[in-house]
Amino acid sequence: MATITSSETENAGRRPKSFRLPLAVISYLQSVPLALILGFFLLLPILMIAVVSFWDYDFAQMYPDFLTMNYAETLGSWVTWKTYLNTLKYALMVWAITLVIGFWVAYFLAFHIRTTSMQMVLFLICTVPFLTSNIIRMISWIPVLGRNGLINSALVGSGVVSEPVEWLLYSDFAVVLAMVHLYTLFMVTPIFNTLMRIDKSLVEAARDAGATSWQILANVIIPLAKPGMAIGTIFVVTLVMADFSTVQVMSGGQSASVALMMKNQMSLLQYPAAAANAVVLLVLVLLMVAGILRIVDIRKEL
Amino acid sequence: MTETKKTAKGISRRSLLKTASAAAGLAAGSGAITGFPTIWAQNPITLRQFGTGVSNINAIAEKCKADLGITLEMTATDSDAAAQRAVTQPKSYDIADIEYWILKKVYAAGVIQPMDVKKLKYYDKVVPLFKNGKLKPDSVIAQGTAPHTVGFVEKAGDKKFAKEETQWFTMMPTIYNADTLGIRPDLVGREITSWADILDPAFKGKTAILNIPSIGIMDAAMIMEASGQLKYADKGNMTKAEIDKTIDFLIKTKQAGQFRAFWKSFDESVNLMASGEVVIQSMWSPAVAAVRSKGIACKFQPLKEGYRSWGGGLGLASHLKGAELDAAYEYINWYTSGWVGAYLNRQGYYSACMDTAKGFMSEDEWGYWIEGKSAKGDILSPEGKVMEKAGAVRDGGSFEERMGHVACWNSVMDEDRYMVRRWNEFIAA
Repeated sequence: MATITSSETENAGRRPKSFRLPLAVISYLQSVPLALILGFFLLLPILMIAVVSFWDYDFAQMYPDFLTMNYAETLGSWVTWKTYLNTLKYALMVWAITLVIGFWVAYFLAFHIRTTSMQMVLFLICTVPFLTSNIIRMISWIPVLGRNGLINSALVGSGVVSEPVEWLLYSDFAVVLAMVHLYTLFMVTPIFNTLMRIDKSLVEAARDAGATSWQILANVIIPLAKPGMAIGTIFVVTLVMADFSTVQVMSGGQSASVALMMKNQMSLLQYPAAAANAVVLLVLVLLMVAGILRIVDIRKEL
Repeated sequence: MTETKKTAKGISRRSLLKTASAAAGLAAGSGAITGFPTIWAQNPITLRQFGTGVSNINAIAEKCKADLGITLEMTATDSDAAAQRAVTQPKSYDIADIEYWILKKVYAAGVIQPMDVKKLKYYDKVVPLFKNGKLKPDSVIAQGTAPHTVGFVEKAGDKKFAKEETQWFTMMPTIYNADTLGIRPDLVGREITSWADILDPAFKGKTAILNIPSIGIMDAAMIMEASGQLKYADKGNMTKAEIDKTIDFLIKTKQAGQFRAFWKSFDESVNLMASGEVVIQSMWSPAVAAVRSKGIACKFQPLKEGYRSWGGGLGLASHLKGAELDAAYEYINWYTSGWVGAYLNRQGYYSACMDTAKGFMSEDEWGYWIEGKSAKGDILSPEGKVMEKAGAVRDGGSFEERMGHVACWNSVMDEDRYMVRRWNEFIAA
């Protein structure tokens, strides 16, 4: 880099001064690649979704138009509200459980494992299940939880229950269990990251000042871990809000989620209706993220 | 600065490769299509076929290549995508392999040209079900989109379907079957005779229906009618009030916990049945065969109210003309000449030209699949796997017994969009 810079300066020195780009232009140029990528692959598609959500459609085609019908149908139906409530319920439950599990796993890794290499080894072990696909990890639950599955066979065989437990599979329980399994690592990683940055002398200082372990946890560690928790929350909440395969497979088609509703509409080629739904979901999720960012300043610790 | 430059270079090289290969692919594709040869064996022609029915059977494409020298490019899609493609990309296919209810949806768009029956060698052999809706002269015509109601037009270029047989056939029927409920005979513990049996409190939490609105609603209608809840004027074309009543009933049943699951794909239905999660559910005949091939008892139970039937055929794209059109006719004539028919019969479906298929099946196969007799030897699938042991009898019996008791055909309703919206409410409820 240094040699290049010096050669550039030499070049610039030989050229007339007017050819030199002003600093402001250079910064703009530097941001161009990312701006182009985000523009083409993020902003433009979202813009198109927003435009299409106002179009008219029949079974085969979409007709450019400006109708609010798709929104009226989406927001005016009790199905939508129920589905959103259901999805939010999943998000809340999964978030609470992954936060608790994620925090304790990260806490254990950061404060109870002495050597850094052991920390890394254990952290990598956490990621091992992620070497297989999402779908496989999810579907593997079916033979475990089913009516004639492992758990039920064990329970019936040991005489704990006389009839197989039905609510283990194809229920909200199954959906939340699978989601917690799938998404906990997204909570562990950012929290572990922030916990590792906590200066150990802060803990020592608190202990010298007479704080108990719980007080240290509540007044020192948790407040400092908040940015990690916030990032983990954003991951988990957005993943759950956008999930359709887990809900469909684990609830046996009995429950609906917002993304599943969109997928149904798309499979029936009702793209404008799905687009309207996508816009509503996007607004909701952005509001949730904005809310999280208002509560926790994630840049503080990054 | 250098880094940016490098990336730019990388992208351009990659995109260059991509464009180049795409262009090569395009050139190859278009070359094969715009050849307009007259003798396909010497100057091979490609027919592009897409659709829901037989388009996923590679053996047919291979045999077609061997017999006719015509290369078949097949694309399999689900039914909604097929309907959309038929209308919006009429130039992207030569042969549409679609179900009759899809034909009803798309024909008005003028993308399918009717066939001249004089050019169809085996038109006379097509079972009367597709000509007048009656398998035998005394049969009752079933409800729904019965194939003969969309099978003919008065003249080429007409958009309205003719009331009776004419010279212009909209599609050559190829594949059809009669669907019913699948059961686990070892787990239901009693005789199953009616669609209403799925509502039996004894099966609470052990039943499933399929979550594909246009088909699921028909199964629901069969159940509703069988249990005496409602008598439909036409199950295949419900009024809004009938849709409301049906969906409300489904929601009530769902909330009472009668259903274990709603399946969307073939393998889901197989797994639900094989694992014992459900003991009675909507099912397709190959799914029943798949469960049985795991050594688990499963029966495609005939029911007294009759079957829900479906059928598909091959239609000619409107843009076909000249040599390509001739090739397409030749393909369809080959298709109905027996080999494919026998192949489909052996899969448990039915061929539209039964007489030609007979010549390609052994007497025992014909007896088992079509005449409802018990098998003398092992019955093999087209791939050569043992499907049934000697002595087995086909569920539901003979071809006439099964196709003669069709209560309604898969269909598209006038209130389609309303129905789909209400169906989604049922799934979300």
